[in-house]
Amino acid sequence: MTPEHPARSPEPLLEARPAGRHALLVELPDAERTAAFHAELLRRRAAGTLPPVAEIVPGARTVLLDGVRDPDALARRVAGWEIPPNTADDGDAVDLPVRYDGPDLADVAARWGVAPDEVGALHASYTYRVAFCGFAPGFGYLTGLPPERHVPRRATPRTRVPAGAVALAGPYSAVYPRATPGGWQLIGTMPDPGPLWDPARERAALLTPGTRVRFVRVEDAA
Amino acid sequence: MTVKLTTVRAGALTTVQDAGRPGHAHLGVPRSGALDAPAMRLANRLLGNEPGAAVLETTLTGCALRPDRAVTVVVGGAPCPVTVDGRPAAWGGPVRVPAGAVLEVGTVTAGVRAYVAVAGGIAVDPVLGSRSADLLSGLGPAPLRDGDVLPVGRPGARAAAPAAAPWPAPPAELVLPVRPGPRADWFTPAALRAFTSAAYRVSAQSNRIGLRTEGPALTRAKEGELPSEGMVLGAVQVPPDGRPVVFLHDHPTTGGYPVIAVVAEPALAAAAQAAAGTPLRFTLG
Repeated sequence: MTPEHPARSPEPLLEARPAGRHALLVELPDAERTAAFHAELLRRRAAGTLPPVAEIVPGARTVLLDGVRDPDALARRVAGWEIPPNTADDGDAVDLPVRYDGPDLADVAARWGVAPDEVGALHASYTYRVAFCGFAPGFGYLTGLPPERHVPRRATPRTRVPAGAVALAGPYSAVYPRATPGGWQLIGTMPDPGPLWDPARERAALLTPGTRVRFVRVEDAA
Repeated sequence: MTVKLTTVRAGALTTVQDAGRPGHAHLGVPRSGALDAPAMRLANRLLGNEPGAAVLETTLTGCALRPDRAVTVVVGGAPCPVTVDGRPAAWGGPVRVPAGAVLEVGTVTAGVRAYVAVAGGIAVDPVLGSRSADLLSGLGPAPLRDGDVLPVGRPGARAAAPAAAPWPAPPAELVLPVRPGPRADWFTPAALRAFTSAAYRVSAQSNRIGLRTEGPALTRAKEGELPSEGMVLGAVQVPPDGRPVVFLHDHPTTGGYPVIAVVAEPALAAAAQAAAGTPLRFTLG
């Protein structure tokens, strides 16, 4: 089969890469279009127009479609989709209460060029979206920080980051659902992190890909 | 009245496993489940259990169990001596264990993982629909410790299948068929040739997360890390040391090292039974 190419083909918006006999890794140019493609997949699955896919796993600039009967056929299909950009009110929304009391507040403030007590107000002023999950069950990578607020990971990871720690690394913000080692910059604490991950609940993870998130500042209990 | 199994000897690493918890990878939840899934299913069929009923997966040194009521078990997967109160019993077929007797599953004579299925299945509480121990993220029951007591489910009405199917022998040489991608372009042409022509060995550092290898390091054509992306079962990830790692059932759902190729899932059962030092080749196919 030889596909017809127009004389001046536009930049392809997605590239489908093989990932074994039953999966497809679809790569997109940036996080926004990845989120839009993921939302389109969920819409089509809900509408019953997507062939059976066992797992839809977004990444930073990819979506993995795993457990697919015919990956080549699906690759041809998605290449032809018109994908609308996400709008601000797509997806579920959750508010996460935060005390801005993290041990790296001063370091982050220095990188942002603001006073330490301004970090919380700034961090809580942006709206975020869960781009993807990974690292641990219920750990969501949240996009939404403007580029001037991106900070590197700590040079030396901590052997233990407590559950509920609100953290920054690269373009992402996150809340640790449970205590683990971690290299992110800690700026705050979610007072009750229990709801982030509860496998006994119908929806085990609070932060699923596509969910919109706002951080709501709460005062110190002390 | 249900049976309880007391762990007399937990062995090096014994975990409860079933068919795992697929469908939650987008939440960061590994699939988990028995690494030698055909062995789990065969052991269950021989008892009349559902094919995916929870079993025990042992590692090299087996385990010993004492039921408080008579039960029927099947020990299969990696070949190993089986005794009941010191008397030799069948490997690979049903064994009746009287109340209070000790079922001893010995050290494997080949392979890595023996499976102990019990009529009725291991009945620990499921988490996200599965009783599997996930050693990456800690979901499901913890690995067995001496003294742990496991509940057993009620045997179903299903008839036990006759022992028609043979148990495959653990591989003397592990041959893993791969399809290149999704990140084969991160490697030099020489590395891609070496990957499917060089002699590797199974590393002793292998575990339920990944089969690690010893052999030629694969040189990248690109440096740096990939932005995190979804990982499939059987993905061959190449960390900075250049030695391929084959992702097994407890693998992380996303990762940042390039995946040069993916192993076909049916070949992973043999990978689960390949002892440290086993010669290993990757072949296109």
